[in-house]
Amino acid sequence: MKEKLEAIKIAALSKLSKCTNLDGLNDVKVEFLGKKGELTTVLKSLKDVAPEERPKVGQMVNEVRSLIETKLEETRTALAEKLREAKLASEVIDVTLPAKKPVIGHRHPNTLALEEVERIFIGMGYEVVEGPEVELDYYNFEALNIPANHPAKDEQDTFYVNGDILLRTQTSPCQVRVMENNKPPIRILAPGRVFRSDEVDGTHSPCFHQIEGLVVDKNITFADLKGTLAEFAKELFGEDTKVKFRPHHFPFTEPSAEVDVSCFKCGGKGCRFCKGSGWIEILGCGMVHPKVLRMSGINPDEYTGFAFGVGLERIALLKYEIDDMRLLYENDTRFLKQF
Amino acid sequence: MNTSLSWIKAYVPDLECSAQEYTDAMTLSGTKVEGFDRLDADLEKIIVAKILKIEKHPDADKLIVCQVQIDEEGNTVQIVTGAPNVKEGDVVPVVLDGGRVAGGHDGKKTEGGIKIKKGKLRGVESNGMMCSIEELGQTRDMYPDAPEYGIYIFSDNPYYDNLKIGSSAIEALGLNDVVFEYEITNNRVDCYSVLGIAREAAATFKKDFVPPVVTKTGNNENCADMISVEVQAPDLCRRYVGRVVKNIKIGPSPMWMQRRLASNGIRPINNLVDITNYIMEEYGQPMHAYDLSTIAGSKIIVRRAVEGEEFVTLDGVSHKMDSSMLMIADAEKSVGIAGIMGGDNSKITDDVTTMLFEAACFDGTNIRLSGKKLGMRTDAQAKFEKGLDPNTTMEAMDRACQLIEELGAGEVVGGCVDVYPEKKEPWKIKFDWERTNRVLGTDISKSDMIAIFKKVDLGYDESTDEVLVPTWRQDVLSQADLDEEVARFYGYDIIPTSLPNGEATTGKLSFKLTVENIARDVAERNGFSEGMTYSFESPKVFDKLLIPADDVIRNTVTISNPLGEDFSVMRTIPLNGILTSIATNCNRRNKEVKLYELAKIYIPKSIPVTELPDERVQFTLAFNECGDFYDMKGSVLDFLEEVGIDKVKFTVSSKTFLHPGRQAEMVVDGDVIGYLGEVHPQVCDNYNINGRTYVAVIDMPKILDKASFDIKYKGIAKFPAVSRDLSMVVPKNVLAGDIEEVIIKNAGKLLESCSLFDIYEGEQIKEGYKSMAYSISFRANDRTLEDKDITPVMDKILKGLGSLGIELRA
Repeated sequence: MKEKLEAIKIAALSKLSKCTNLDGLNDVKVEFLGKKGELTTVLKSLKDVAPEERPKVGQMVNEVRSLIETKLEETRTALAEKLREAKLASEVIDVTLPAKKPVIGHRHPNTLALEEVERIFIGMGYEVVEGPEVELDYYNFEALNIPANHPAKDEQDTFYVNGDILLRTQTSPCQVRVMENNKPPIRILAPGRVFRSDEVDGTHSPCFHQIEGLVVDKNITFADLKGTLAEFAKELFGEDTKVKFRPHHFPFTEPSAEVDVSCFKCGGKGCRFCKGSGWIEILGCGMVHPKVLRMSGINPDEYTGFAFGVGLERIALLKYEIDDMRLLYENDTRFLKQF
Repeated sequence: MNTSLSWIKAYVPDLECSAQEYTDAMTLSGTKVEGFDRLDADLEKIIVAKILKIEKHPDADKLIVCQVQIDEEGNTVQIVTGAPNVKEGDVVPVVLDGGRVAGGHDGKKTEGGIKIKKGKLRGVESNGMMCSIEELGQTRDMYPDAPEYGIYIFSDNPYYDNLKIGSSAIEALGLNDVVFEYEITNNRVDCYSVLGIAREAAATFKKDFVPPVVTKTGNNENCADMISVEVQAPDLCRRYVGRVVKNIKIGPSPMWMQRRLASNGIRPINNLVDITNYIMEEYGQPMHAYDLSTIAGSKIIVRRAVEGEEFVTLDGVSHKMDSSMLMIADAEKSVGIAGIMGGDNSKITDDVTTMLFEAACFDGTNIRLSGKKLGMRTDAQAKFEKGLDPNTTMEAMDRACQLIEELGAGEVVGGCVDVYPEKKEPWKIKFDWERTNRVLGTDISKSDMIAIFKKVDLGYDESTDEVLVPTWRQDVLSQADLDEEVARFYGYDIIPTSLPNGEATTGKLSFKLTVENIARDVAERNGFSEGMTYSFESPKVFDKLLIPADDVIRNTVTISNPLGEDFSVMRTIPLNGILTSIATNCNRRNKEVKLYELAKIYIPKSIPVTELPDERVQFTLAFNECGDFYDMKGSVLDFLEEVGIDKVKFTVSSKTFLHPGRQAEMVVDGDVIGYLGEVHPQVCDNYNINGRTYVAVIDMPKILDKASFDIKYKGIAKFPAVSRDLSMVVPKNVLAGDIEEVIIKNAGKLLESCSLFDIYEGEQIKEGYKSMAYSISFRANDRTLEDKDITPVMDKILKGLGSLGIELRA
């Protein structure tokens, strides 16, 4: 019996060592450990063994069985490992083949630029509001200290619906509407569409966008205006951006200024982008004219304020180096996809 | 507005600065210099030289060989030239070896100039070049004494008699100068003059301002005996000054005057015209000269034009006048359009002996409107329309007469006729210097502020704390204007920077803008890119979109002065813009175009428009050849779900611009919030769009009313769902929506979901029917459902479906 068990053991181990796949492994398992397997047969024949011998033989059978099982498991693990490796080896791909990107749309560069500006001013406590695009002459001109027959009315080449109603030429009427309906402190940003009768060309559009800013409170100073816009310019164009305030004239602010930023392409040395000057004009601003405050129901002896107006397209064109304004309104997807 | 540096220095003699320093400083003090042009930028080593001897070139018929004296010591060089107009003894500009000229004799300038080197011309050595005015970068317009073709000859003009041989020809020609171009803001009427800018320059550089000293002029006759002036329209003519000049001698004006005019871009003509233009530049005051012999009754009447009057201006053009326009007339006829252009019937000719000189202050607005109506734009008009200071009128007239005497252009008659019924007086502004500091955020002393005022001739009355404003400073009217005067001369760049430090405010987007940004996000994740189109369009758009003639959306807010019909009505439907953009992309062969736009339509509240229209933002989506109705429906539902609107019904609609069988309205709580569908093929044809195009339009104000962002967690189901599949034969005209409505209505609260998983029409299905299969899922949150729960519900559903003519498939 002992010899027989030894022979089974040797035969089983030898077969296991020759196994090259899981099917073969299973065959070995059936051959030796299956219901009709050799070891099972031995176990069945245990009843023929003398009773006093039985425990000993039984233990021997169990030892062989356990050995074969262990070996079987080891072989199975080794085989599985080998098979996985073979599979992985067969699954090598060309990682440089084209990617599959989800098709998503793109925001308009004007919107991207606007969101950037909004982010900066929201961070400074400004609420973003809007006003009507078809506007009363009163709000677009008169309440902004531009009386009838003022040359500025001509300069802005206004589209009229009738004598009293026009397409707003600026977002500044929002200033008046906000001041009429709110008490200081006021900090608002009013982006929106404006209209001027300019023929369409590379730098003009009869329909474009401005962003108006207004702050009214006690003790608001020109220095605050300078500081605010310097922050804005740095946020928008980079930490090293320098800002230059030049005196200018707007009927609804006094003192007024135009603001240049140091050219972000050449850093102010002068290049083609800034036409050699090192500076790029980006906005107009000033202290809200006391007349405008008074007309809007705010006491100029108690409150002061500043206002600024930025051309959104100007920012977008500068920021994204777009060289023709017409691209913004054609909606060619080859253009839009770049943003 | 232009000025040369030398002209400014004439009134600010101590001014010493480079062109760049001038540009920067003037810009910072409020007189913006747009740029400058150095007249001698491309001129180098150009001297005054004298031709001593001319010989024929041995080998070339058209060339001559000149011996040219180049300094006072008598040194000479040999120059070969082909110029036809030189002779021995001529004094000419010569560029020496290694020098540069601005361009060719054809007047074409070369960037950076042309370098001149010595060399041989047909074998004969030449050590430089004699120059024409064009080669010096100038034109005969500005140097009328230059010959039509050939070398500029100093010795033909007595003005140059004392030129030294070897001295700079650039200086002799007045080209060692810089011309500045300014952008003057419309409030600074005074700065549309050289004197005004010089006053600013003096203040900016803290130098003395030395305006011309205007002396008394005229003989002992009295001009009032020779002419009379009647102003019948004093509202449009605040002041009229007339003087008379007799024994006129027309000739060229002196070189210094020609040069100054040329630097301002004005062509020298003759002494009379030049003096008139000179005064217009120097004082900003336009003047006009009439031949007195043509003025009937020697009488000037300033009156409104006769309605419909025909008038021929001195350029020979005939104009039709209306009664709003101001005319200058004599006792019988009109002789000039006030402030714009004189008449052909009274203009100065070479035969003139006596002239009437006019300086006036006309109403700026009236001149501007008249010019616009007449389609005219003259230099005089441009000055008048800013609104001139009536107190400059007389000073300018006196200065003009002074120049006439100085230049020997005629004999000025003494006295003047001055119609000036209401004198404009300087005004006073109460000055609060502490407020100035409060507004600017500065700490400037009162005395420094007063010193600033003094520099720009703003007086100060210590006793009353008032600033006295001269009448030319029409822009200084209030304390705020004084704040600006202080700020700009103190220096905008020196004013400190700070941030507002008051009560905190909350930065945020309005709810409307927040929802619009959600629309953008959803559109983009669905593959749509954002477009922008104009708010106004052609009324023909309605025809292109097949809108019925009586449809209310044809009622528009219409622009009375549009750029053209194509931009004349404010849109009432957002489709034209986006379809035009789709067409543009189709045309350019861009594939799979998906666009969206968030923009307003403008719905008039009444016709004609008497109040502001209802401006409604529309969320418009469109794609071309990259999806079907259900793709668009999916994108729309994605957005609606995102803004918390989940009960949307799609009902069949009948928009004329959409495919009659492929369109629907979106209804929420019985309210139509938008529509979607395939664009009608006829509309696609009208826009030249190829391929199927789908659009969706969502009315954002309605979305704002219904949007909700209130999210509450619901427990995740603990008990399993039970599902039943229904395979049906459905009459063709029954819609999926009808079936779903029956299922939902009959399933009760156990229903979790129902979804269509198969739809088929074809061979195995009987005529007029389609096969549809739904999977219905039930779930209770407190137990596992059993057949006895489901069976009665399914029976109810089947009964309901049966009433729609639906049969179960075997």
